This record gives sequence, structure tokens and C-alpha cells, in this order.
Amino acid sequence: MLKSTGRLALAAAVGFGLAAGAGAADAQTPKKGGILTYVVASDLPSFDAHQETTFGVIHPLAPMYSLLIRVNPANPADPTDFECDLCVGSVPEPTDGGKKYTFKIRKGVKFHDGTPLTAHDVKATYQKIIFPPEGIPSTRKAFYRAVDNIEVPDDETVVFNLKFPSAAFIPAMASPFNFVYSKKDLDEHGLEWHKKNVNGSGPFKFVQYQPGAFVEGVRNEDFYMEGRPYLDGFRSIIAPKMAVRLQAIRGDRAAIEFRGFPPKARDDLVKALGDQITVQESDWNCVLLSTPNQESKPFDDKRIRQALTLATDRWGGSEYLSQIAIVKTVGGVVFPNHPLAATKEELHKLKGFYPDMKKSQDEAKALLAEAGHPALKVNFSNRGVDQPYKIVGTWLVDQWRRVGIEASQRVQPSGPFYDTLRKKKDFDVSIDFNCQSVINPIADISKFLGSAGSNYANFEDKELEDIYAKLEREADQTKLRELIRQFETRALSDEANGIVTLWWYKINPHRSYVKGWKIAPSHYLGQQLDTVWLDK
Amino acid sequence: MSKYILKRVVLMIPTLLGAGILVFFLMRLIPGDICELRYVATGFAVDQEQIDICRKNIGIDRPVIIQFADFMFGFFTFDPGPSMWTDKPVMEEIGLRFQLSLQVAIMATIVATIIAIPLGAISAIKQDTWLDYAVRLFSIAGIAIPSFWLGIMIILGLLIITQEVTGIPWMPPIQYKPIWEDPIHNLSQLIWPAVATGYRYSAVATRMTRSALLEVLREDYIRTARAKGLIEKVVINRHALKNAMLPVVTIIGIEFAFLMGGLVVTEQVFNLNGLGKLFVDSVTNHDYTMVQSLVMLVVLIFVVVNFLIDLCYAWLDPRIRYS
Repeated sequence: MLKSTGRLALAAAVGFGLAAGAGAADAQTPKKGGILTYVVASDLPSFDAHQETTFGVIHPLAPMYSLLIRVNPANPADPTDFECDLCVGSVPEPTDGGKKYTFKIRKGVKFHDGTPLTAHDVKATYQKIIFPPEGIPSTRKAFYRAVDNIEVPDDETVVFNLKFPSAAFIPAMASPFNFVYSKKDLDEHGLEWHKKNVNGSGPFKFVQYQPGAFVEGVRNEDFYMEGRPYLDGFRSIIAPKMAVRLQAIRGDRAAIEFRGFPPKARDDLVKALGDQITVQESDWNCVLLSTPNQESKPFDDKRIRQALTLATDRWGGSEYLSQIAIVKTVGGVVFPNHPLAATKEELHKLKGFYPDMKKSQDEAKALLAEAGHPALKVNFSNRGVDQPYKIVGTWLVDQWRRVGIEASQRVQPSGPFYDTLRKKKDFDVSIDFNCQSVINPIADISKFLGSAGSNYANFEDKELEDIYAKLEREADQTKLRELIRQFETRALSDEANGIVTLWWYKINPHRSYVKGWKIAPSHYLGQQLDTVWLDK
Repeated sequence: MSKYILKRVVLMIPTLLGAGILVFFLMRLIPGDICELRYVATGFAVDQEQIDICRKNIGIDRPVIIQFADFMFGFFTFDPGPSMWTDKPVMEEIGLRFQLSLQVAIMATIVATIIAIPLGAISAIKQDTWLDYAVRLFSIAGIAIPSFWLGIMIILGLLIITQEVTGIPWMPPIQYKPIWEDPIHNLSQLIWPAVATGYRYSAVATRMTRSALLEVLREDYIRTARAKGLIEKVVINRHALKNAMLPVVTIIGIEFAFLMGGLVVTEQVFNLNGLGKLFVDSVTNHDYTMVQSLVMLVVLIFVVVNFLIDLCYAWLDPRIRYS
């Protein structure tokens, strides 16, 4: 039995605990109101996300549009967590042997001009994306090779029929570039109308765009997710210089920047502002590669290519480069945190990923000697962008030097760099990168195929193509994983056609009063802003 | 006078045309392609078909000679066409940025003139005194210090000082509002780049004012004016300064023209959506129509400013007017 003072103390403790608990819950309850101001590093070439590839389109315009399905903004770190946006329920499982996906569309959704949104609009949108007429660009058309046709049995149902089952289909459908357009707009104004006009069904309505300056949006009061969005509006200010974006957050001229900053910028902000800054970090679905040109001798000799990858100390590089550059994680062909990615033990078996760097370097030297090039000279082409190209490029030059390879690095602005890479091809090794939005391993690893339009190694590898053809159609996850390991081993180790260096690392310091935005492994994801609120 | 004006106007045409032709061919010599930059440079795997569609839509798949004919037609019809990057009319894109660049140029000119003429005059009048040395040091520093670096220091300084003093860091707005819409916002944004560029600008004008005035002060008519018993202030203001202004006006005019399209880095530092930034973006993106138009605009500005300077000469110096 407690004495009276003890009972009093206990009551006080319980009361205090309840109050603290309630307080904690209140602190996390989204507040309505406020204008979110953020900075974006790029201007918009047009408003049509179906044909553009830059985040400069996604960051200001994604809030104005809906998607059929999307990466779950509450859990974007999970690369397999998709949710319905315009569809109801959960993301459908395929039927008909994995070849049919049936989506039920929400009722009562309207475009910002008042037109009701139905399954016909979804079909019209995907017709434009997947089967564009001649002369109409659709940059991600190739992601939907498996789609045979699209049907609309009624106003609330849209059915995608595939030619073959494909594990790549659902991630492709969640692409943040798949803005759903109004069929009425497409029919009345043509397929180019959305380049200069905005009529979405998203959480925010378009107010104005001042070219080179900003985009403004205001809350859509008729948004179909009850209670959202929380913000009254947003202003997306275009600021190409990183220093300006950093200072804008420091000076509270902007609350957040969604692409990311290098480590030093994060440290400067935290040092200046302390707990007024929250830092979110994540692996990034971008990887830097070094690509040997197999049309340039002796890089058609796989021993030379293997030597290049063996000379690269990824494990060490991860530790020290991550302090100065936006790179960090060691990984293979698949995004490091994906279930289909190689484990550390699996990576250790690949050339260039051995835990023993001395053994790796010795093997590199032996291969070079065997190939008749103990003192190889390399014409190395790099892109004139600091983060992370020039930093990683300079590091690679040093790594190769340690095994006797002398590389002269030629750094060019983006235009001439791509001219060298794609047209002139007058390089021995070039920096390259693979940057995607939704993590879609099957689509993402196509980069390593010789037949891929974005592969600049100039080779043919039928065995690799055959492995890919099998994995593209494999629905069983265990078998798919095995096939991806085979693909990875051949691409990175046996043939070393593409040399993965390090996966990028996303660092987003932002004002602490910005809540509800969770960092995703891609700067293209989680940008509709319907979950974002301001705690001030 | 009207013959003179007409002659100057007519001479503008071959100047503009020459500049346009030069930049037309120079841009096409730079390796790279607007469509590749647009679709490939972000890292996505894009089919060659998409790039070819882009090239066809923009017209860069046509032979250069056809593109040149297009350009010439656009020149003589005053219609440079749409931007290759945004597909918006070039004149519309330029018009949006022109206002901001003009305001910065005017403000910088005012800052420069307010600083340069008095300081230059003081330095000349008090030649070889500590005042003269101080002004010369100030102007040499202005010439040596890059205006974009000064801009960065101004922003950092404001952030650090305001945080130290008030606990809240402050920096100028990074989004433009016209002066009639919000004068305080507008001036609090643009005064800093105006000071950063105006300082450098004033340094050149100060030195020119000083050397021109020193030369004039040695003239016989100045000695005569002093001999007549005029006070020094009247000698300087009424007789000396006006005659010393000719080279100063030239400098101020040329610098003003430069400010209209040349503040490439300063605009980036202060995040100003001006002509300089548009220039950089257009060259980076290989937006041929925009670059061609901007070059011709800058040439036009230089030509017009030079013309206005010549008219100023006539006003300042009656000998020129009578001739």
C-alpha cells in the first residue's frame, strides 16, 4: 500500500506521462496552412513530363498532377512499397498468368478545370506514353515494352494487357513522370498542348510560371485525399547555383531543396543553424560508371578492362570520398538496398570488389602484363561537373596509377562531353552514369547491355543479352535474383564491359519546420507535396 | 543633325547582321547537340528515336544552309522565332528578363556615378595628398576585386552579421518583384548587385575622372578663370568638370552597355533572372536561336549607347555641335 505522498507522486508521474504522450502526438499532427518555398536547380524546358527527363519539371509540376500509382511517400525508402494514387485499394496483383493488371479508378476526382477524371483519361495518358504517334516524343516508352494494349471496360476500370509477365511493369507504372492528363485536353488541343499548359488533378493548382524565375501553385480545395494537402500553396524558385540554394536555406528564403547537397554544404548549414536544420540522408538511385570503349584498342581485350576494375578500391573509396562527394555505397548493378541487390558476400566474389585490395591490385598488374600493356596509357573523358564526376574521375586516375596505368583526364562541358561519348567516340574510357527514378532493377540494369541506346562501350555480348531476355520475363523472385547475379557477374566481372564505381548518396538538409516529406532514394520521387506541412 | 542620325541608324543594320552571322556559325562549331543535352544528360536511357524526333521538331536536322536561310529570313522580318529549348518566342523570353537587367544596370550606373565623379574630382583637386592616395587605393581595389566575389562576400557577410546581431540570418530576396509591385522587396534585392557591380564600375570611372580633370586643370582657360578671381568651387564645377566629362561619359556609357548582358556571373551569384543568366543558359543548352538573338541585342545596345554618347558629346562640347 502506498503512503499518501507516494500515491500523489505516482499520480503526478502518470499525469505527466500522459501529458507528454499527448504532447508528442500533437507535435506530429499536421498543421494546415502556410506556403512552402523551395529552390530548384533547374528550369523547366516544357511542362510535358511525358517527354522530359529533368527533375526541373518534376519538382515544380508534380504537385499539380496525379499518378495512377506511386511510391508510398510515407515509406519511400522501401523500393517495393507502392500505393494507389488515382486507383482505389492497393496496387493490383496481376491475373491471367501475370499478364493482366486491372486498376479501379477513384470516383469523384476532377481535373482542375472541373472535368471529371475517369478511366478513359488514364487510358489516353498511357496511350500517349506507351504508344505515341509518330513525331510525338515519349522518353520512357521503352519501359513499357511488355504492354500489349490498354482497355477500358467501364468508366472506373482500366486494364493493362501485357505480352508477357514482367516484374518491371509495376515500378514502371509508378514513374513520377506519368502525369495523368485529361483525355478532353488531348483530343481537343492535341498531344503537344501539355508542353505549355497545365491541367492536372493533383493536390495543387497551377497559378503561374515565370520563366527562369519561379513556379507557383495553390491548394486544390477539391483534392480527393481528405484533409490534404496541408499547405496553402508553394513557390518553387529556380536557382541554378548551389551556393545560392544553400544560402537561401540558411537565410530562410527557402525551406528546402529536394535534389541534395554535398557533405560540406550539409556541415556548413548544421554548424550555422544547429537544430533549426534537419538532415535526411539516403542512398540514391544513381551510379557512376567508367566505361571502356571497346572500339579503341586495347580495350577490346577483357584483361585490360578487368585490370581497370580490379585497380578500383571501392571499399576504401566509399569511406573517404563520401566525406567530400555525393557518393558512398558500394554496390553492383542493382540499387544497393533492393531485395534483388547483391549482398556484400556476393559482391566480394566479383573482380573489383575483393575485400583484399593488395590482391586486387596484384591481379590487375598481372593482367596488364599478360595483355602486353604493363604501362598502359588511357585517354579518359570526363564531364565538367564537380559533383560527383570530377571528384570521382580524379580519384579513378589515382587508382589506376597505382597499377601502372597512366590516364590523362579530358574534362569537357556537358555538350562536348556527350558529343565525344555518343558521336565522335574518341575516348578510351569515359565517365558515365545511370540515374533512374523509381527503382526498377529489370529496367535499370538494361543500361549494361551492349544493345542499349545508353551504353557507350561499343560492344556486343550475346550471352549477356540472352540472360537479360530470360530475367525480363521471370516472375519468380528467387530465380530472378539468380539471373540478375549471373548478369551482374558477366557484365561487371567476367567481361567488365561497364565498371561500376560508387552509388550516389543523397543528403537533404532542410529547415526543421518542414514536416511530412521523407527522403526517397531518388530526387524524382515524393514530390507531390500532399503530405508536407509546416510546423510553424 | 537628322542626316547624321539617319546615317547612324542605317549603319546599325550591317553591324547587327555581321554579329548575327558570326555567332550563327560559331555556335554550330561547338560540339554538342541541344537534343542530347535535353534527354541524355540527365542519365535516363533514351532511345535514339526520341532524340531524332526532337531534332526534327526543332529543325536542326536540316542542312546548315537551310538553317542559315531561316535565320536570315527571321532577321529581315524581325522574327527570330522560338527558343529551341523552351519553344517560346525568343522576344518574349528576352522581354521577361530585360526589365530586371535594365534596372540593375541603371542602379549600378547611379551608384557608380555618385561615387566616381565626386571622388575623382577630389582626387584630382587634392593631387598627391593622403586624400588622393586613399581614393586611388579605393579605385584600384575596385578594379582588382571581381564583382561576383564581392557579391558572394556581401551575401555571406549579411548572413553572418545579421545572425550575430539579431540571431536570425538575413539575406536578400532571391525572387524578383518589379519595383511598382513591391518597392521594398525590389530594392532590398537589387541594391546589393548594384553595389557589387557599381563599385567596380565606379573604380574605372573614378580613375578616368581624375586623369581627365588633372589634364583640364592645366589648361590656360582654367588659369584665366582663377586669374579673374573666381572661387575654386566655381572654377571646378563650371569650367573644369564639364570639359573633363567627355571621356568619363564614354566610360559610363560603355560600362552601362556591358551591364545589360554581361553580368553573367553576378546574376548567378544573386540569382537574378536577367539577360546574363539567359545568355549562360542558352549557350550551355546550345539554344542557337536564343544565343543569336541575345548577341544581336547586346550589339544593338552597344550601338545605341554609343550613339547616345555621341549626342552627349554634342551637348557637352559646343565645338562638336557646331561641326
